[in-house]
Amino acid sequence: MTAAPPPETLRAPLVVEFPFTRSLGPVQSAFLTGLREGVVLGVKTSGGKVMVPPVEYDPVTAEEIRELVEVAPTGTVTTWAWNASPRPNQPLATPFAWVLVTLDGAGTGLLHALDAPGPDAVRTGMRVRVRWAAERSGAITDIACFEPCDAGPDDGGPDSCDGAPARPHDGAFADPVTGIVAAARLDYTYTPGRAQTAYINGLAERKTVGERCPSCHKVYVPPRGACPTCGVATTDRVEVGPAGTVTTYCIVNIKARGLDIDVPYVYAHIALDGAGLALHGRIGGIPYDQVRMGLRVEPVWTEGGRHPDHYRPTGEPDADYDAYKELI
Amino acid sequence: MPATPARPVRPATPSAPPAPRKRRYAREVAVVAFAQSDHRRRTDELSEVEMVMPVLHQVLAQTGLKTGEIGFTCSGSSDYLAGRAFSFTMTLDGVGAWPPISESHVEMDGAWALYEAWVKIQTGEADTALVYAYGKSSPGSVRDVLTRQLDPYYVAPLWPDAVALAALQARALIDAGDTDEQALAAIGARSRADAAANPHAQLTGVVPQGDHQVAPLRTGDCPPVGDGAAAVVLAAGDVARSLCARPAWITGIDHRIEAHGLGLRDLTDSPSTRTAAEHAGLFDGPVDTAELHAPFSSQEVVLRKALRLGGPGDGVAVNPSGGALAANPMMAAGLIRIGEAAARIHRGASDRAVAHATSGPCLQQNLVAVLEGDRA
Ligand SMILES: [Zn+2]
Repeated sequence: MTAAPPPETLRAPLVVEFPFTRSLGPVQSAFLTGLREGVVLGVKTSGGKVMVPPVEYDPVTAEEIRELVEVAPTGTVTTWAWNASPRPNQPLATPFAWVLVTLDGAGTGLLHALDAPGPDAVRTGMRVRVRWAAERSGAITDIACFEPCDAGPDDGGPDSCDGAPARPHDGAFADPVTGIVAAARLDYTYTPGRAQTAYINGLAERKTVGERCPSCHKVYVPPRGACPTCGVATTDRVEVGPAGTVTTYCIVNIKARGLDIDVPYVYAHIALDGAGLALHGRIGGIPYDQVRMGLRVEPVWTEGGRHPDHYRPTGEPDADYDAYKELI
Repeated sequence: MPATPARPVRPATPSAPPAPRKRRYAREVAVVAFAQSDHRRRTDELSEVEMVMPVLHQVLAQTGLKTGEIGFTCSGSSDYLAGRAFSFTMTLDGVGAWPPISESHVEMDGAWALYEAWVKIQTGEADTALVYAYGKSSPGSVRDVLTRQLDPYYVAPLWPDAVALAALQARALIDAGDTDEQALAAIGARSRADAAANPHAQLTGVVPQGDHQVAPLRTGDCPPVGDGAAAVVLAAGDVARSLCARPAWITGIDHRIEAHGLGLRDLTDSPSTRTAAEHAGLFDGPVDTAELHAPFSSQEVVLRKALRLGGPGDGVAVNPSGGALAANPMMAAGLIRIGEAAARIHRGASDRAVAHATSGPCLQQNLVAVLEGDRA
């Protein structure tokens, strides 16, 4: 038993990536398909307000709204913020303004980026127009950004800054977009804390180190730093094992992808000697159908392994059921 | 298949607030204890449960209650901060969750966990509740992490970070003539000066206003990023009186939400905060303390307007703890506002206080609680 000073905290990169696949309802489908086709659609409430981007329910009345309209790709900035240091994944890699834009014909604001040379070139009330992405797939990023159009020709042509009232649109497109993949990646630096750092450092020396609860004296392995029964910190480190007893087990018959272990094999709960609860491990060195409760096992380490590869029989007589029944 | 019944349509204009009631709820419920960690930029040496446990022990020690004597436990935290699914289950070890206890969790600020616990006590199913909340922002980039709570169809793919969205709101306030950059800087300076008396605060004293993060917001307008935890104990009626010399009675509590789309809202106002305050009975009488969860200086301007707190010099101590501009542990900072308000009542520094908590971008969701101490 030791109460050594805490070692330097372990740290490791942790990447969480999730390509959420989301389905679209009729309103969102029409809007995002419209963006792919270079058309901005909104939805009109029973009170006559046009919402862009469209929502499916009126936020005031909760009434379902489905009446689509087409609005202009030009509009007015209602508020803005200058982003001098763009962050990863944001619409532009060069300094830009975040803007809420009320498109002509709409009565609500759309959040997006405005490409402008600097904050002095941006003001509330300025006129802007959509800059379409070169390749469009049916996503909000089909709008690459907005760009100023104060200086643009107001001749009604494709670059016109003239607004236009909303006009009815049936929302029908060939090959409508019905879903989006919302890809996201977040980068973390994981630090496991004091208790788990000690456990992992112990494994590097091929030792299994648990922690004892000062109140109920149970030894937790792997330790998480707290006794879930007493709600107090577990602080006294205790080396357990190396040998232990199989308390229960199952036979795995389906091979997991990327796993180089032949099936069937046995996965077991193993109560290491001195531990107050069982941990998980694979049982090897014995035919799968000869594994049994009470079997005495010991860890097998492989070269460079950071935890026991598996556990094999020690050859001792089986443990009495009474010796481990509390740990099943 | 039965036909869908016609849906009642609510009127577009909000109805008048209900008449004040002396007794709003079935049971008297009070905050009887509050504890928080020292909030720090990083706590690499601590897992979440290791960070939370001392706070739990402190708050229980104030009442003399043991974990097994608590009727209901509720926590607030976020998996996205931890980068792991069901991360809150790990901290449950710190409350002695075995044998099974009556327990719940909200994936948002602990102020909403407190609301759930308050409801649990109102139902009569519990007489006491332990509420705790924690967040470690240090493992990730909290500005990026928080983008994942945004509308996934129209907004999240653009990755607008929390500072950017707050800056849009700040610009709208400046355009409306509600504030200017100098007034915003003064809010940050006042908060950090007040935080000098708060031993738990992360950022205290004179802090440079700094460069624009996302203009018009400068570093000094933004909250510090850090790790921290907090806990309170709630108790009903005579149990509260037996556990605390001067319980902080929750005489009103309510929470409301704005429309999801940022462009659908008037960013210079917070009607949800106002509605919550009306339903919590805030306007039935004056308050002497306001603990407002305003992570950005500009949001204090919005909240003062919604809660009719007026400006500096009106006699109400606004964020005497330093508020979220001095320490903003994600998911705990709102619960801390309730705890700080209650603690002032416990020690006789306040008779009637309002506490506010927010969650989401640009004050999207807002909770208002009115706390009162018995008068001598
Ligand atoms: Zn214990």
